[in-house]
Amino acid sequence: MSQIGPGSPARSPERLLLMEDIVKSFSGVRVLDSVRFELLAGEVHVLAGENGAGKSTLIKILSGAYSDYQGTIRLGERTVNFRSPQEALANGISVIYQEISLVGPMSVADNIFLGRETVRAAGWLAPKVQQQEARRLLEELGLEVDVTRPVEEYPVSVQQMVEIVKALSYDSQIIVMDEPTSSLTEPEVERLFAIIGVLKQRGCGIIYISHKMEEIYRIADRITVLRDGRYVGTRAAAELPQAELIRWMVGREISQQFPRRDFSGGPVILKVEHLTVPGGKGAAHPLVDDVSFEVRAGEILGLAGLQGSGNSDLLNGLFGTFGATVRGSVSLEGRPFEVRSPAHSIDRSLALLTNDRKANGMVPQMSISHNLTLASLEKFSALGWIESAKEIQAGRNRMESLRIKAASLFQEVGTLSGGNQQKVILGKWLETGPRVLFLDEPTRGVDVAVKHEIYELMNQWTAAGCAILLITSEMPELLAMADRILVMYRGRVSAELDRRQATQEKILQAAMGETSVRQT
Amino acid sequence: MNGQISPGPENSKLARLFRSPTVRALLSLLVVVLLGLVFNAEGAFFKWGTHRDMLRQVSVFGILACGMTLVIITSGIDLSVGSVLGLTAVLFSLFSIHLGWWPWLTVVACFAAGAACGAASGALIARFNIQPFIATLAMMVFARGLAKFVSGGQKISTAVMQPDGTYQYVEVPRIFDLLNARILGENLTVVTLIMLVCVAGCYLVLAKLRWGRYFYAVGGNEEAARLSGVPVAAVKVLAYGLSGFFCALAGICQAAQELQGDPEAGMAYELTAIAIVVIGGTSLRGGRGTIWLTLLGTMTIGYLEKILSINAVGEASRLMLTGMIIIVAVLFQKRES
Repeated sequence: MSQIGPGSPARSPERLLLMEDIVKSFSGVRVLDSVRFELLAGEVHVLAGENGAGKSTLIKILSGAYSDYQGTIRLGERTVNFRSPQEALANGISVIYQEISLVGPMSVADNIFLGRETVRAAGWLAPKVQQQEARRLLEELGLEVDVTRPVEEYPVSVQQMVEIVKALSYDSQIIVMDEPTSSLTEPEVERLFAIIGVLKQRGCGIIYISHKMEEIYRIADRITVLRDGRYVGTRAAAELPQAELIRWMVGREISQQFPRRDFSGGPVILKVEHLTVPGGKGAAHPLVDDVSFEVRAGEILGLAGLQGSGNSDLLNGLFGTFGATVRGSVSLEGRPFEVRSPAHSIDRSLALLTNDRKANGMVPQMSISHNLTLASLEKFSALGWIESAKEIQAGRNRMESLRIKAASLFQEVGTLSGGNQQKVILGKWLETGPRVLFLDEPTRGVDVAVKHEIYELMNQWTAAGCAILLITSEMPELLAMADRILVMYRGRVSAELDRRQATQEKILQAAMGETSVRQT
Repeated sequence: MNGQISPGPENSKLARLFRSPTVRALLSLLVVVLLGLVFNAEGAFFKWGTHRDMLRQVSVFGILACGMTLVIITSGIDLSVGSVLGLTAVLFSLFSIHLGWWPWLTVVACFAAGAACGAASGALIARFNIQPFIATLAMMVFARGLAKFVSGGQKISTAVMQPDGTYQYVEVPRIFDLLNARILGENLTVVTLIMLVCVAGCYLVLAKLRWGRYFYAVGGNEEAARLSGVPVAAVKVLAYGLSGFFCALAGICQAAQELQGDPEAGMAYELTAIAIVVIGGTSLRGGRGTIWLTLLGTMTIGYLEKILSINAVGEASRLMLTGMIIIVAVLFQKRES
């Protein structure tokens, strides 16, 4: 497919969408300024930019959630102005959000046709017809799913496919995917990409939002970059090298993407022997099955593995998320450590950054200040009385050192951008003075600049003698940041790789169950 | 999904002011007071005594609403407050009038009973993961039954039945008079004063104490709180326990005002208490709210009831009007937030 620079007319493929001179203000503040976006039939057009660059606002305008903007939107030859998401949907624009918006207890088929149920005369439902149609749509994408089962029984990846099928059932020509892979595992991502391939062939245009570089370059035909609400440019992915893309997004050069310095070795700080985390009732195998390892002060130990491999359960099990159900012996800073509860682990200088900040990382209604001190409040409240001055001072210091961008220390965390939310949660854990940090997807849903800051912070902490256990689904990040990598498969360690030996292939092989002899 | 209304062009300080929950709660109160000025029942609303009565009548509800606020901030609900009030009113009268206990011992015993009821609900919710609605519904039924059992279904008054079946009137214990006393030149009853102390106490708990902060954290995101080392179960037991304590306080005040312990006392009071909290603007979703909002809500409900009663609106119309006004007030609060 020959590529087109910004502004030049589309030749062979039909132009599905053209947004021009889009301006949008909130309370007098311009959040989008003269933004341009074009989408051709059969292309994947990545919309890139940092958090807060205006990507979501642009999508909300396109999908009819915001109807008061300036500028023109043309669908094919028609100029349109959607006043509601329903209207946009009726015109063939579907948005698949990061968060799944299905009704859990309802069946797959019922979810797909929610609000447009097939009915017979007198309003009787026709479930059989609907199920058949749902099955047909799913099969077209190569999915075999029992459409009569509640959708919540399926993994997130399948739920996402159901959302896509729902979009297709509207005959949508334009499909927007907002970070669709953020909760998918590698094979699931592959399946999603295959489906995107099918959609392209059908002539759909796909607007794809992602923060993952690797993914952007795998899938993008063209890339449009926004920065601070302004249009930076559009270019064919092949002609936009990664360094250039980052410069477009950040507005400055980020010299080295992964700044990990070499680990020189320190005393063993955490030693885990024969750790077993039992699975739920009827589970085929324990979540974590007889795992032993040690981590040294100043070291970053990567825990690789596909979803369900048990790496996340390992961190949660050790931290006490599941209570005192884990077995095995653990020693922390030379003293035996008994897994009891998160509160107990915090007392022993452990910290866990979970992989889902909305579900269990932050308290969105509370201020930055209150979130920052939540895990260490006893430090600020001798005898239970909170010393506000001390608390606020600590908050200000933390906000400054982590470069949290917010109107004030008292802004609600729920209103911050993803990157800043993540920094607040990191700040909360730093406030407890941890010796071992468990970081489960610390850069998920975070923009490039903040990712880089988080890498730098990890270096600072390890330099100060902390140990880090790191889980990340971004392979380059894992390879670059971890000093050593344990690969897990079905709750067991299937490989241990040194920083120098580790390659993406070796990790994937081990993650998919090819047990090798433990090296080192 | 996505139903977000984009804020209009007005970005003035006024608009921002309107978004503050306190200002909204104040406005609700103001509207109700304005209603009073219009429907003043031939000047009755302008009499000082009307306002004094309003304060006296709403105080018991205000005390209940204090506890309800704490529970609602933890994202719970306490349906048992009316029944626990009834139970403690009966216990208070029984201990002090019939058994002639030392007054402060009586008070402490009632506090213990109320707090125990609340803590039991809290323990059911925290330990066995029973929904607050269900656990406190059960407590509501149980405590009402206990009140009837303890009192034998009779009102416990100064008429004490003798072994021979005749009634003998005993003297009203002094503590009753003390609670019914008026201070500041007859203008403020002790019960109202107690309500204000409760509000101040809740303010300290919510704004200054570590445990109060934990109430917000548990209500805002329970799992995040637990993983941050917050003792979630203890926080819940404490919140419901405090609610029970406030019920006991309200029950004692109610008994003092009525000079008897009625096992039927407090019927449907939980609904008024919830209405007060909601009209104040504290979110039923938890994690948000302040005690000042509840104080404003108490005044709003108090004036509403008073205005309806001085205008001699019949009970049937009064209930219907109250229902409608609650909805209007809540819709008003919801706008744009």
